[in-house]
Amino acid sequence: MSRPAFVESAGIEPMVIFLQNLVNALQWGSFYALIALGYSMVYSILMLFNFAHGDIFMVGSYIGFGVSMGLIALASSGVVALPNWLILVLTILFSMFLTSFVGMIVERVGYRPLRDAPRASAAITGLMIGIILETGNLALLGARRVSFPSLIETTTYNVSGVFVTNKKIMIVLVSLLLALALHQFVRRTKWGMAMRAMAFDFAVVPLMGVPLNTMAALTFALGSALAAAAGILFGVAYPVLDPYMGIVFGWKAFVAAILGGRGSVMGATLAGFLLGFTEIFVAMIFPSTLRDLIAYSIILLILAIRPHGFFGEPYSARLRL
Amino acid sequence: MTSPFLQVRNMSHDFGGLRAVRDYNLEIGSGQIRGLIGPNGAGKTTVFNLITGIYKPGHGEIFLDGRKIDGLPPHRIASLGVSRTFQNLLLWRHMTVIEHVKLAHYSKIRYGLFAAFIGTPGHNREEAEIEEKAVRLLDMMGIRHLADQVVLNLPYGAQRRVEMARALATEPRILLLDEPTAGMNPEELVQIMEIIRRAHKELGLAILLIEHRMKVVMELCERIQTLDFGAVIAEGTPEEIQNNPRVIDAYLGKERAI
Repeated sequence: MSRPAFVESAGIEPMVIFLQNLVNALQWGSFYALIALGYSMVYSILMLFNFAHGDIFMVGSYIGFGVSMGLIALASSGVVALPNWLILVLTILFSMFLTSFVGMIVERVGYRPLRDAPRASAAITGLMIGIILETGNLALLGARRVSFPSLIETTTYNVSGVFVTNKKIMIVLVSLLLALALHQFVRRTKWGMAMRAMAFDFAVVPLMGVPLNTMAALTFALGSALAAAAGILFGVAYPVLDPYMGIVFGWKAFVAAILGGRGSVMGATLAGFLLGFTEIFVAMIFPSTLRDLIAYSIILLILAIRPHGFFGEPYSARLRL
Repeated sequence: MTSPFLQVRNMSHDFGGLRAVRDYNLEIGSGQIRGLIGPNGAGKTTVFNLITGIYKPGHGEIFLDGRKIDGLPPHRIASLGVSRTFQNLLLWRHMTVIEHVKLAHYSKIRYGLFAAFIGTPGHNREEAEIEEKAVRLLDMMGIRHLADQVVLNLPYGAQRRVEMARALATEPRILLLDEPTAGMNPEELVQIMEIIRRAHKELGLAILLIEHRMKVVMELCERIQTLDFGAVIAEGTPEEIQNNPRVIDAYLGKERAI
């Protein structure tokens, strides 16, 4: 196949174009990875698809918007001196904290009563919670988009023709850091150990003295906190928020969670980035209207070959007593 | 006689229209080994599920050391000192042997989220203690050399021991063993019986044992209950049970060809 026409005409080195897209893909994949982690955790630990997760990402983004506006007001009133970078850091931390409660409420109200119900009921509940969050936002803030405050100035570095911004670097680094922190949490703490065990067998874990409800709440809290981080990072990169922004992200992160394999933090992270790469590189070669069609056909093909994802077990060990 | 350590009073439980357990009574003093036998489907495992809180009994009461435990969630009952193993080996197949044992210490671990993340001295000390306890248990089970192996790859007999180690790691005062010798060869059988005896002697545990192999029950248990269609049809010493006509009927059917 010959090189796409625009590459010829622009007169830019293909290598530079490739690297530029790689940088963009890393940023795009960061959002997917962070959201996919929450999907994946809930899915593997509670055997539940939390279809409201994309909307929790949206809520997290809005909470981030609110928190940052509050902090900006606080800083400009002169009560405390807050440099912008500190506002951003505090916004991320605060919003993660607050959004984790949104997740816990969703679990408590929406899913816990259905724990022994057929899984389809829980899936439908998830969709409904999603709609409630979207329309609730609409009712609360009205049908308008809000723009996320620009907290850090964009600095662009030109690395031999490839443009990298400080925001992109930050987004990718923060995402990787959070994924790594979760990985460590799951590997090294007693809660993480309990989570891994629950992914294999839900029923036995309480008999080891582990309270099931605490674990369920914790799972939702962690997943939602990561989604909130994704929401704020998204706001930093694309500062226009709307109540339906979570839907498409939710679906794609769901795909990434499945692609990563049940119960694998690493898998979900990698799959999130892979999705980002696939979308960006497909758009580089083909018309962008065909982007998702082609990108997700490729993903479908991968899943056809590896139905359990990259790191998933060959079969589920969920046993009932 | 002082009040028994585990006491079940008039417990019944239904699944839909089926009465799985009927008017069941049990008393185990601390440090006693009790056998529970009966044909398949007699309700033995259901009794275990009721005692451990997986099901809440429809009728009746369960007391542990004088304290009412029926209706408590499973993790509470577990942390009060009731531990069990499963007929079909419910292990976390992709986790290592030592992780199984460490996780079973969960309710004893006190460190918080923050301490775990930054690795405070308290957290590290606790982790080290748990590690040490876990290794000691693995030693007792004779599987110390397998500590870092993933359970999936172990032979069946070793998996049984992992399950036993995990059950003991919760530091129980009573252990419920659901067919611990199922699928074992004669050599493994002797070893597992030795392990049960040691757990009983060295840790002073009360044990309730579901078992199909008469040899094992007869050798280990002081008293035996026989369950059929959810009801106790006989209770007594191994000799009494062996010669009880109702037990023989329950196992072999009334019209024997012999």
